[in-house]
Amino acid sequence: MAGEAGRSVKIQIKDVKKEYHGDHGTTVALNGVNLDIMENEFICVVGPSGCGKSTLLNILAGLHEASSGECYLDGEVIKGTDVKRGVVFQQYALFPWQTVIQNVMFGPQMKRLPKSECEAIARKYIKMVGLEDFENSYPKELSGGMKQRVAIARAYANNPEVLLMDEPFGALDAQTRAQLQTELLKTWEEEKKTCFFITHDVDEAVLLAQRVVIMSARPGRIKRVVDIDIPYPRDQATKSDPRFMELKAEIWNEVYQEYLEVRK
Amino acid sequence: MSKTKQAKRPLTKSERHTRMVNRLWLLLSLVVALLVLYLLSIGKKTGRSFPFIVSINGRDSVLGGLQTMIERKALWDDFANSMICVAMGFGLGFVTALPVAFLMAWYTPVRKIIEPWINFIRNIPALAYAPLIVLLLGVGRTPAVVLIWICTFMTMCITIFHGIRNIDNTLVKAARVLGANDVDIFFRITLPATVPFILTAVRLGLSAGLTTLLAAESAGAQAGLGMRIMTLKGTFETDAMLGYIIIIGIIGTLLNTMVDIIEGRLTSWQEKREGA
Repeated sequence: MAGEAGRSVKIQIKDVKKEYHGDHGTTVALNGVNLDIMENEFICVVGPSGCGKSTLLNILAGLHEASSGECYLDGEVIKGTDVKRGVVFQQYALFPWQTVIQNVMFGPQMKRLPKSECEAIARKYIKMVGLEDFENSYPKELSGGMKQRVAIARAYANNPEVLLMDEPFGALDAQTRAQLQTELLKTWEEEKKTCFFITHDVDEAVLLAQRVVIMSARPGRIKRVVDIDIPYPRDQATKSDPRFMELKAEIWNEVYQEYLEVRK
Repeated sequence: MSKTKQAKRPLTKSERHTRMVNRLWLLLSLVVALLVLYLLSIGKKTGRSFPFIVSINGRDSVLGGLQTMIERKALWDDFANSMICVAMGFGLGFVTALPVAFLMAWYTPVRKIIEPWINFIRNIPALAYAPLIVLLLGVGRTPAVVLIWICTFMTMCITIFHGIRNIDNTLVKAARVLGANDVDIFFRITLPATVPFILTAVRLGLSAGLTTLLAAESAGAQAGLGMRIMTLKGTFETDAMLGYIIIIGIIGTLLNTMVDIIEGRLTSWQEKREGA
């Protein structure tokens, strides 16, 4: 996949190392992480808790800085946050004092676009996630799934080139999660944005991704990258595809080995 | 789950019911309190300290005591003076606590230097250092205002400071990745996220202002609810004294209700715990 003709490298992760200096000495969260992510690619990262997947996402978002090594977007070093890199957090991170539409138009407003334009953009993406009837509701009035839909709409409204998603469906029940996966697949096939998606759930990773990155813990590094050669469009029915089950079993075993390793 | 804007909507049947039940409880609570006061007022020993609200069988009563104070042209002056002191002290406390709390939250040296002393002074009764303030500033309204200022400042500063520190950092991150700069983050994230804590601080500050009233007016005030209570002690006029005490309580309750109403308007977006 990486060498596919006509596709360029969108994100380059080069020799990234991240150390945290705490009261109990230094923890190496990431070490020697190298990865090329192609334009429009959908990458899922799986691995046991503490393998540094969120750290890696935070570095790509520009919220954390690598201790050594660099990340590049279109060949430019990533430094600080940028609207080209949108982030969806597990805990939704909606602004509770703002209505749905105010949340979604936050990004366009930061670009100092005129209000009517901001509203038009927000309405487009609120429609995309199917929440037209709730644009004046406050986050507290929404269910978890609806909140995450708003967060996704908010990220899209900024028209980022890359979407970084940190276990976005981790806090949702199984049915809502399945529904949002299907919606995300559909959106990705339409908008073809580069997606970097972190998850605990191997099913989810195999269903969504073109490549699944398996990480190992202590220190976090990339153990293996698996090509998911199942054609799109995919949906929940893909989960009963024999190839799906094969890949899922393979990746699941590998992640489980890592999990046992961490427990030692 | 309402689809429309959170405008004034008619209360549902169950909400009307809850409201009525709550009112009945309040009424019952009042009846119990009056009963307790009545029993105290007819006791041989307790009756002297606790006269009943209205006169029964010609005994001294709170309303009678207050009537006397009105006739002496004292009640209104006392009330007005105390309210001016509390308003000025609280106002100064608020406008100083707000920036200091933000400075403490943003700059570690500021916090490290100020916080221990606020915590140290906060636990000392204002009455203890009131004489020092009076010696410094002379008698009159100024020491009273300054004393209330000190007390309300400390309470509100600590409360707002902890509020700012507890802002969910994910919200700041979310704003940053959406392109917000530091100024945007202050006005669009930090400030609205702090509003609930500012309101709690106002609530605690008003209460601190009223409870400091006695200490504040303990030396040299010309008039005031706190000053009058201490004067009445000398003449054993417990009826008027209890009346003044109840007035301070009523003022406190009214101010608290006012903050409740403002809170309801400004922070209706907050997730509330069930039954809270």
